Amino acid sequence: MSASAIAPSVHSLWTTAAPATEKFPTPHIEYAQLSPTLIVFGVAALGVLVEAFLPRKSRYTAQVGLAVVGLAAAFAAIVALAEKGYGTTKAHIAAMGAVAVDGPALFLQGTILLVALVAVFTFAERRLDPKAHGRHVDSFAAQGSAVPGGDQERAAVRAGFTTTEVFPLLMFAVGGMLIFPAANDLLTLFVALEVFSLPLYILCALARRNRLMSQESAVKYFLLGAFSSAFLLFGIALLYGYAGTVSYSGIASVIDGTAKTTPALASSTQNDALLLIGLAMVTVGLLFKVGAVPFHMWTPDVYQGAPTPVTGFMAAATKVAAFGALLRLLYVVLPGMRWDWRPVMWGVAIVTMVIGAVIAVTQTDVKRLLAYSSIAHAGFILAGVIAIDKSGVSSVLFYLAAYSFVTLGAFAVVTLVRDAGGEATHLSRWAGLGRRSPLVAAVFAVFLLAFAGIPLTSGFAGKFAVFKAAAQGGAMPLVIVGVISSAIAAFFYIRVIVLMFFSEPKADGPSVAVPSPLTSTAIAVGVAVTVVLGLAPQYFLDLADKAGVFVR
Amino acid sequence: MADSSFPILTVTAALPAAGAIVTAAVPAARKAAARYTALAFSLGTLVLSLITLFRFDPQGARYQFTETHTWVKSFGLHYDLGVDGIGAVMVALTALLIPFVMLAGWHDADPLEDVTGPNRRWRPTQGFFALILAVEAMVVLSFEATDVFLFYIFFEAMLIPMYFLIGGFGDRAHAGGEEEASRQRSYAAVKFLLYNLAGGLIMLAAVIGLYAATAKQLGTGTFALQDILNARASGKLDLATSTERWLFLGFFFAFAVKAPLWPLHTWLPNAMGESTAPVAVLITAVVDKVGTFAMLRFCLQLFPEASKWATPVIMVLAVISVLYGALLAVGQRDIKRLIAYASVSHFGFIILGIFAMTSQGQSGATLYMVNHGISTAALMLVAGFLISRRGSRLIADFGGVQKVAPVLAGTFLIGGLATLSLPGLAPFVSEFLVLVGAFSRYPALGIIATLGIVLAALYVLVLYQRTMTGPVKAGVAGMSDLKARELVVVTPLIALLLFLGVYPKPVADIVNPSVQHTLSDVHKTDPKPALEAKK
Repeated sequence: MSASAIAPSVHSLWTTAAPATEKFPTPHIEYAQLSPTLIVFGVAALGVLVEAFLPRKSRYTAQVGLAVVGLAAAFAAIVALAEKGYGTTKAHIAAMGAVAVDGPALFLQGTILLVALVAVFTFAERRLDPKAHGRHVDSFAAQGSAVPGGDQERAAVRAGFTTTEVFPLLMFAVGGMLIFPAANDLLTLFVALEVFSLPLYILCALARRNRLMSQESAVKYFLLGAFSSAFLLFGIALLYGYAGTVSYSGIASVIDGTAKTTPALASSTQNDALLLIGLAMVTVGLLFKVGAVPFHMWTPDVYQGAPTPVTGFMAAATKVAAFGALLRLLYVVLPGMRWDWRPVMWGVAIVTMVIGAVIAVTQTDVKRLLAYSSIAHAGFILAGVIAIDKSGVSSVLFYLAAYSFVTLGAFAVVTLVRDAGGEATHLSRWAGLGRRSPLVAAVFAVFLLAFAGIPLTSGFAGKFAVFKAAAQGGAMPLVIVGVISSAIAAFFYIRVIVLMFFSEPKADGPSVAVPSPLTSTAIAVGVAVTVVLGLAPQYFLDLADKAGVFVR
Repeated sequence: MADSSFPILTVTAALPAAGAIVTAAVPAARKAAARYTALAFSLGTLVLSLITLFRFDPQGARYQFTETHTWVKSFGLHYDLGVDGIGAVMVALTALLIPFVMLAGWHDADPLEDVTGPNRRWRPTQGFFALILAVEAMVVLSFEATDVFLFYIFFEAMLIPMYFLIGGFGDRAHAGGEEEASRQRSYAAVKFLLYNLAGGLIMLAAVIGLYAATAKQLGTGTFALQDILNARASGKLDLATSTERWLFLGFFFAFAVKAPLWPLHTWLPNAMGESTAPVAVLITAVVDKVGTFAMLRFCLQLFPEASKWATPVIMVLAVISVLYGALLAVGQRDIKRLIAYASVSHFGFIILGIFAMTSQGQSGATLYMVNHGISTAALMLVAGFLISRRGSRLIADFGGVQKVAPVLAGTFLIGGLATLSLPGLAPFVSEFLVLVGAFSRYPALGIIATLGIVLAALYVLVLYQRTMTGPVKAGVAGMSDLKARELVVVTPLIALLLFLGVYPKPVADIVNPSVQHTLSDVHKTDPKPALEAKK
């Protein structure tokens, strides 16, 4: 733990001046330990330069290559750090107390990087839509006002405008997500939140088809996201007012009463109202990002309107990052407050599981269905978060890794089922898909079964892990609500399977596009992870278990 | 005794699993090859299961041919296999019935082949046989598992192939036409899945609860049956009364849905009615047995005190099942639904025998599982042949069949008589034992349950009379008699019914010591007028 973690605060006015070197220490940055994040941000910046300086023709290749290499390098850096023991014995707080380098951080960063790597493949897919204006097109609009196949799009394509800016945007988002679960003070947390949210708002607006829905989703996401950021920031201000510091360990020691109090702080540290309101507001900000009820309203609209590759990435990676941040906040800053937040989180978890599952039953659009299913899954993960012990952390880590690949794969399959108007996301259009293309339908069925938590899939292993942690943490009622909502949730997953396999195909039904190796790889990775984590999860459970200790 | 070197139990389960993959991989055009491949794998499994059965030493250790490996340490999940007499018999029953199911369903997937155009990837025949083999593998594993969690995994996972068999390959003969048939089929498949999944998830909560309890008291959570029993015996694990009861209820609920016990039975008539006859046999004769088997192995062993606590209620529910199932069977107009309700009644008898907590009752229940499997298979498969000839499953559409197709009618009669437990046929022995067992502890319930036999005579004989006797109805006139393939299916089953009816000793000898073990788990001895309890 670093002594400099306690930020300068009001009490310095009263104390005698400390030596200048201590007051304004030279920033000391552990570049090697922060290398994964730095690589990603560096590549993102390079991507901007590529957009600016490279000829239009070669940008696509350069951007995809750059993104893949950057993410792979960052992942290699994570593995190297973990090998050196930064996940366990050498875990510590880097960058002047701003960023933690510990097991959960490395595990989640690794997951985010792999998810992003697979997402790059789906972003780069250009074979699904028929050629427009003589060129291959991807899922993104060439220009804000361009209608697919319309005059403006033709003009944009003629001029050579391509949509390669999505890659730097993706990389900036990934960079923010890497910091988010590792942030060790509230300001870093906030900055990371904004860094990964802003690119996502833009990405959501970029769908080539259904422009209006896409823009609507971006506006909704932005407005509600801005509200949640405001909540978070307000909460941070209140917590700072309470503890006189924004550092996690600093706040934790004030809560525990182990911090040295100064006369100036004495009155505010007695003020539990500041603490409780601040805590509630920060939690609201994070629960918004994980999509927990009652802060879930944005999820279905945004998931439906955003370009499907973006939805897949967002659904998987945002959830990982946000749950990481929530875990760190609850386990590092607020363990002393667990009697205050646990009952509330119990309520949130129960409502999230039940409402997510029940509303999903009535959905008729695949993407909205998956959105509500993601809400229900957020509830299951919250059940593990509440366990408040080491098995709680590791089970959540494992669940996140398992869930994110199923989600990516499922959304990648959604991009394949198309008709003349682009993706055919209405469920009635999926009738009889199992007859038309048994393989695609079978793969999607595997993902649905994993979502439903059927044994021998990764979904079951994850669900068992979090419920086990919850039961051991004494939250048996939560487990029972969890299994009941799982049963409800199973109903709508199964309904899709019924539709695909047992309904007669419609004459004018959608066709299944033959993807390039890019999307095929993404789907194959999804299936492989689902099966491996389902059949032989021990290695990954051990990994999550070893990674389950926060540095403080 | 077992030589521990050869993992025969794993191989018995792996063979059909491998068969499922191989069958699924057979090219689309080679339908016949797919059928024979699947049949060969199922026969291989039968041979292995018979080897296990014959090499099983009834006087030896309780669990034999055991295999122990850790699968997922963090979950306390072990790949522990082992069979007691009951398990060995159930595995053999499963392996025995599957080839007949396949032969009877030889052409069941054919209607699906034609409806789509040329499609290299759409291979319903391959799918049908691969799914049957997948079900077999999972059922076998759940009979062999001696780890609670391992059992749970296959108990749940087998729902998925079963679901596709019901929904994808269901009965196309429906009064409401193709459209209605399709709707009913998906409804039945979804109902089957949701009921069983809900049961399974409740059990999952109990499984997690069991883990939490063992983790708390033993340090590390475990699901290995033997570890838990040892810990209980040595007093290291001591479940609180209320905990034990809740866990028992969680487990029992899942098994009662599967078995099925009144009032959780309503999925069965739909599932059996809408699927083809071989699949219906798979449901009632194979998959559902896992439910009653698990009551014996897991409910009684893990939660002896709670089992005794719950016995009176369960006995009453079982008697209700017996009578309710039989009464509804009398009122059915649909042949397959009639057999389904008859099965509900029979499962009532099995559960009655298990929870009578006497050696006759439990031996009878185990024999009942075997005999019910064989007799229902015989009756249902012949009924399937009958239905496919007429294209209808309504009793009213038949009449005078015995004049046109005497062999078919004769085998149907024998299957029916076995279902009503005629002395001389196998089910009589088991039903008698169950009733004796129930009577010696709960005389009133035993007497009421015998009414089930009377009703059984009614529904079977009325069914026979309406379909087989009387004037030949219009649609029946040109009906052909059983073909060679169909005779191959029916004859061995009937032979077995006769053999086990006259000489049940081989099976009883294997089963009895295991029953004694189970009884001693629940600290029950037979009540005073003990007939055969030698200890």
